[in-house]
Amino acid sequence: MNQDLFPFLLQCLSSDAAVNNARAGGSLLHAKFPGALEASFVTAPKLSLPADIEPIPIYRVMNSEGAVEDPTQDPNLDQATVRKMFRDMVLLNTMDKILYESQRQGRISFYMTNFGEEASHIGSAAALSPEDWVYGQYREAGVLVWRGFTISDFINQCYGNAEDQGKGRQMPVHYGSRKLNFVTISSPLATQIPQAAGAAYAFKLQPNNQRCVVTYFGEGAASEGDTHAAFNFAATLDCPVIFFCRNNGFAISTPSKEQYRGDGIAGRAAGYGMAALRFDGTDVFATYNATKLAREYVLRENKPIVLEAMAYRIGHHSTSDDSTAYRPAEELEVWNTVEHPITKLKHYMIQRGWFNEGEENEFVKSVRKQVLSQINQSERIPKPDWREMFQDVYTEMPVHLKEQLRAMEKHVEEHRDHYPLKDFKQ
Amino acid sequence: MNFLQKVKNVVVDSKVLSKTGLLRHSSHFVYQPDAKAPVDGPTQKMNMFQAINQAMDIALEQNESALVFGEDVAFGGVFRCSMGLQKKYGKHRVFNTPLCEQGIAGFAIGVANTGAKAIAEMQFADYIFPAFDQIVNEAAKYRYRSGNLYDCGSLTFRAPCGAVGHGACYHSQSPEAYFAHTPGLKVVVPRGPNKAKGLLLACVKDNDPCIVFEPKTLYRAAVEEVPVAPFESPIGKADILRAGTDITLVGWGTQIHVLQEVANMAKKQLDVSCEVIDLVSILPWDKETICNSVKKTGRVLIAHEAPLTNGFGAELAATIQEECFLHLESPVMRVTGWDTPFPHVFEPFYIPDKHRCLAGIRKLIDY
Repeated sequence: MNQDLFPFLLQCLSSDAAVNNARAGGSLLHAKFPGALEASFVTAPKLSLPADIEPIPIYRVMNSEGAVEDPTQDPNLDQATVRKMFRDMVLLNTMDKILYESQRQGRISFYMTNFGEEASHIGSAAALSPEDWVYGQYREAGVLVWRGFTISDFINQCYGNAEDQGKGRQMPVHYGSRKLNFVTISSPLATQIPQAAGAAYAFKLQPNNQRCVVTYFGEGAASEGDTHAAFNFAATLDCPVIFFCRNNGFAISTPSKEQYRGDGIAGRAAGYGMAALRFDGTDVFATYNATKLAREYVLRENKPIVLEAMAYRIGHHSTSDDSTAYRPAEELEVWNTVEHPITKLKHYMIQRGWFNEGEENEFVKSVRKQVLSQINQSERIPKPDWREMFQDVYTEMPVHLKEQLRAMEKHVEEHRDHYPLKDFKQ
Repeated sequence: MNFLQKVKNVVVDSKVLSKTGLLRHSSHFVYQPDAKAPVDGPTQKMNMFQAINQAMDIALEQNESALVFGEDVAFGGVFRCSMGLQKKYGKHRVFNTPLCEQGIAGFAIGVANTGAKAIAEMQFADYIFPAFDQIVNEAAKYRYRSGNLYDCGSLTFRAPCGAVGHGACYHSQSPEAYFAHTPGLKVVVPRGPNKAKGLLLACVKDNDPCIVFEPKTLYRAAVEEVPVAPFESPIGKADILRAGTDITLVGWGTQIHVLQEVANMAKKQLDVSCEVIDLVSILPWDKETICNSVKKTGRVLIAHEAPLTNGFGAELAATIQEECFLHLESPVMRVTGWDTPFPHVFEPFYIPDKHRCLAGIRKLIDY
């Protein structure tokens, strides 16, 4: 043993370490492994089995009939707010149906619906501040609806025309809005999750910060390494971020039982030293309450939280998927009727006398009309100038890109007939 | 991941090692300090890690939002680059992250999305690959894919790269070519303290995501006079370090010092006048300076530590033949690492050392 070290060790034991040991009832020479300071010794081996841990319960406010089971949990939102919730869900649902069909007709190249998950978008968006930053996956269009992204914003993006804020560079449903604090969607799964932690950290350091970050992702994306990275970074670096998992039972064709063996995604939070809350994602009020609580928690404590919204992906994964190949129609039927988020909220509104069948039918009709007319309009708006292809790669166009742009300009000039120039802004 | 290097840093310096016979062979280059300081004003003698440390100090001081983070940066970093910074700027601004490169990269992008400056360290360039997806699919494409609504231009990655004598497969790599194939990134490699300081400050200021690959063998070995004041070295600009008329030698990082020695040998042994150019910036690269030189000399030898196939030399060679076809007196030659993983005991046979480069020159002159 190093002779110089010995007096140092003794000194440690006689000061703080001794006090800690005495508190823990241990002996003076009790080992304290730095990797698990709180753990005690046992003298018989004990496997920690997953079965010993109670699954995290699913919080809900409304039952399938839209009845509030515990009145103290009713957020008591005013009629105007509840109506906006309902109408935004209906708008999203209606727009989805038409845009899905328009893809089937070959009018847009791709689409992904939000069927069955409308409540988790609207309920969470309603509980956030409009200043909070949102990092999404791709199935969170309802958050944008709530924040004011318009039907024309959505459809122009899907068409990639000159009115698309993203300048036609990404596939349909890859929305983004600076004004609405919704960070542009990208296809690689889970990449946004550690980014959300980083943004939350930067906000935390700003004076008088009142802004948190929420990042949405599916239970499939939660299997990516980036999710692990994000959970651990957010916990160790104390980031005010809400990890909002949409657990809809499927990642394309893969059922959640092939995705993980633990207690869902919320069950992982404790392992990272994070708070968690699981709730019924078909219940807009449970979602609202959970998100509100989470927001208060992350901003008060400067700590992250995992929310897990349980739902069912009613639609196909995307327009490139036929989900009847891997799941029974009967299962789907239940989620499409009694357990449907819009149906539940409708029941709630009927019970309060807030639902007017005629008015709502008119609303659906008007949304249909708006969507259809916007499709016609968006189709006619030319695509951006093709030279936009070279912009925004860098802040300023470097020499080699300028040369490539010039080369393509010259080529197009000489071979005009072979390119769809009439579809593009000149 | 960094066990070997940590051990090395604890075991003091190479003099002790060579006396005890632990160091297997001497270094393959002789450091050539910059002839002239990049800006006027008082200078200080520094090695490369000290110059990088000073650049980060300046960046943290100039930008209130700037953060420095990565694995083990809090106590000063395994290469001493962040020494004293946590003490000066606080734990919130200079901090350790969990050991996870994809997390470091993703976190850095998020910080930069808000406009804050992120200076993130990858402990070794060899370990940047777990972050490849975040860097290539995310950082590089952020501005483009969002139509300029969002970007992560205020981020800079630093990563120690290159041969170090005994680094073997995972402490020696030069991965610049992987990133050079990614539109949206800027990639630079300093050749010494002045360039390291100037490039790092330029990258921090730049509005696009940047990667600085720092040849780790230069951290201590490269010493020169460095201006104390802040200054920037332009990204995208090559440096002609030695004018010549018979052949152009192009390299970057440590290889520059090999090539300068080779130029002396060529003069002495072959009476050949070499023009030595440090490419400095891999993406975007300075085509004009390189091609003007080749048009003048008619011959070119490109040397880099990374493997031959699809190394960045291939991009240079293809462009040179396209731009300088009628001026070339001999084929474009590449002297590089072999198409093998970077070996441990065979390192002296792997690297494009001065003897291989000189043999290359001889062949080109005799062509």
